[in-house]
Amino acid sequence: MAKNNKLSIGMSDKTSDIVLVAITAAVLLVVAYPLYYVVVASFSDPYEVYAGRTFLFPRGFTLDGYKAVFADNNIVSGFLNSVLYTTVGTIFSVVMLYITAYPMAQKDLPGRKFLSLFFVITMYFSGGLIPTYLVVKKTGLIGNMWSLFLPGGVAVGNMIIVRNYFQNSIPKELVEASQIDGCSKFRTFTDVVIPLSMPILAVMAVFSMVAYWNDWFTAMIYLGGKGQPLPLVLRSILIKSSASAAQVSMISGGYAELNKLTEMIKFCSMIVAAIPMLIAYPFVQKYFEKGFMSGAVKG
Amino acid sequence: MYLLLLIPVVLTFVYKYIPMYGVQIAFRDYSPSKGFSGSTWVGLKWFERFFNAPTCSRMIKNTILLSAYSLLWSFPIPIILSLIINQLRFRRYKRVVQTILYAPHFISTMIVCGMIRIFLSPSGGLINLILGTNIDFLTEASAFRTIYVASGIWQDAGWGCIIYLATLANVDPGLYEAAKMDGASVFQRILHIDIPELIPMAVLNLIMAAGGLMNVGFEKVWLLQTDLNKATSDVIAVYVYQQGIENAKYSYSTAVGLFNTAVNIVLLIIVNKIASKLSDVEFV
Repeated sequence: MAKNNKLSIGMSDKTSDIVLVAITAAVLLVVAYPLYYVVVASFSDPYEVYAGRTFLFPRGFTLDGYKAVFADNNIVSGFLNSVLYTTVGTIFSVVMLYITAYPMAQKDLPGRKFLSLFFVITMYFSGGLIPTYLVVKKTGLIGNMWSLFLPGGVAVGNMIIVRNYFQNSIPKELVEASQIDGCSKFRTFTDVVIPLSMPILAVMAVFSMVAYWNDWFTAMIYLGGKGQPLPLVLRSILIKSSASAAQVSMISGGYAELNKLTEMIKFCSMIVAAIPMLIAYPFVQKYFEKGFMSGAVKG
Repeated sequence: MYLLLLIPVVLTFVYKYIPMYGVQIAFRDYSPSKGFSGSTWVGLKWFERFFNAPTCSRMIKNTILLSAYSLLWSFPIPIILSLIINQLRFRRYKRVVQTILYAPHFISTMIVCGMIRIFLSPSGGLINLILGTNIDFLTEASAFRTIYVASGIWQDAGWGCIIYLATLANVDPGLYEAAKMDGASVFQRILHIDIPELIPMAVLNLIMAAGGLMNVGFEKVWLLQTDLNKATSDVIAVYVYQQGIENAKYSYSTAVGLFNTAVNIVLLIIVNKIASKLSDVEFV
């Protein structure tokens, strides 16, 4: 034990580099492999997948799964619904964030302390599932797309991050100069503040995009079965059918009964649903840490 | 400009504050025609019914155990990971590591649960193929907590690093230089520079997590629940949903949810007290 300890302390930087890279590489493998496996399986013949021959590369290469996914009306309409909800929802959320955070960042806003408390309280207390549901119902939003956006209203945590960004990262001199030049508060906001806050805007847009794209619970309780987004369509493919598939295989004692296409659709539809967000986030990744830090500084 | 603020204020009032006012239906027999404050007062009827429900103690136990196990694993792992990532000296490799570790966070719980179901399938599932077995893990009550916690780590441990990495990025590079001059190894630099830097943030996260001990997320449990694993997967959040949305027992469901929130608030106050005794950090 003592010897071991001495060894690690006496490690040169080169040795420790190797150790650190080895550890992280192992972690990467664990994190990335399940995703890689799904990609490989989506291009493979399902019998090869079930026989365990697709650990590294596709076997019995086929695009039938993807063809079936794009020919499936439920999946395609789910995809289009998700695109619609994500687009409208993201624009709505970002606009709400900005029209909340900007006034809240102004020192001369009347009742600023009270308003701040008004928003922050909702981070810690909520009416719970049912009272919120009843209010949404009462306001006539059930079955309406806006039930997905309005009740979430303002994401208070994100609002604080954006407000702090306005306070700490936008040079006051620029704002003052534009006001001396005769800009109204609104013009200053659109012509100075918004362009200068692009990094945080990008992060917030990606966050809401991901949240709306991946959400299904809100849609499940508020949409009343109409206009289902992609994850809810996937639910009937992945969750409901896999239970019955498992039962079928238990009864018949094998997987001969399994419908080949159904199995391929499972893998392919997961890829189709996951890819858009996996492509989007690396673009704003470098702002993540900065965004979190500016939010952590209490202003 | 300030007038625009009215929109979020009104939305927050309607969809956050009116529901808070509506919590009183936990003590009433809610009927839609009479509204939140007009329905008949029934006192603690619904709470009594919940505590007398046959599965009540099982749900409370499952809820606490499930999140206690999650906390036990998902709290330290991001700290250890970020200490390691922070010491990586090859910038491009470091960036690749971060990109890949963040990826699962951006995948819907629906897809994650779909993957879990496929991987754990008794016929041709990845895990069974690797182990050479054909166990139907999702029908085994004893496996549920492991599945829940492990998949949670897979999805969010990398994402949990961000806040720690951001904290470590603030360490004065001069400190590392000085430590190197004195002959400190990477291990010693982590021990004496990085870990003390992370402690306040870690304590804060721990307080927040402990305060949310009864907040087991609905989504994953509901998607992974089967009739056969209910002995460990029956939790309060799923019950609130089933009673409230599926069975439309609005008052009863609200009462169960309120009980859950009340326990959380008490927990949050207790851990906050303990933490402020132990250190100077006070959050709530």
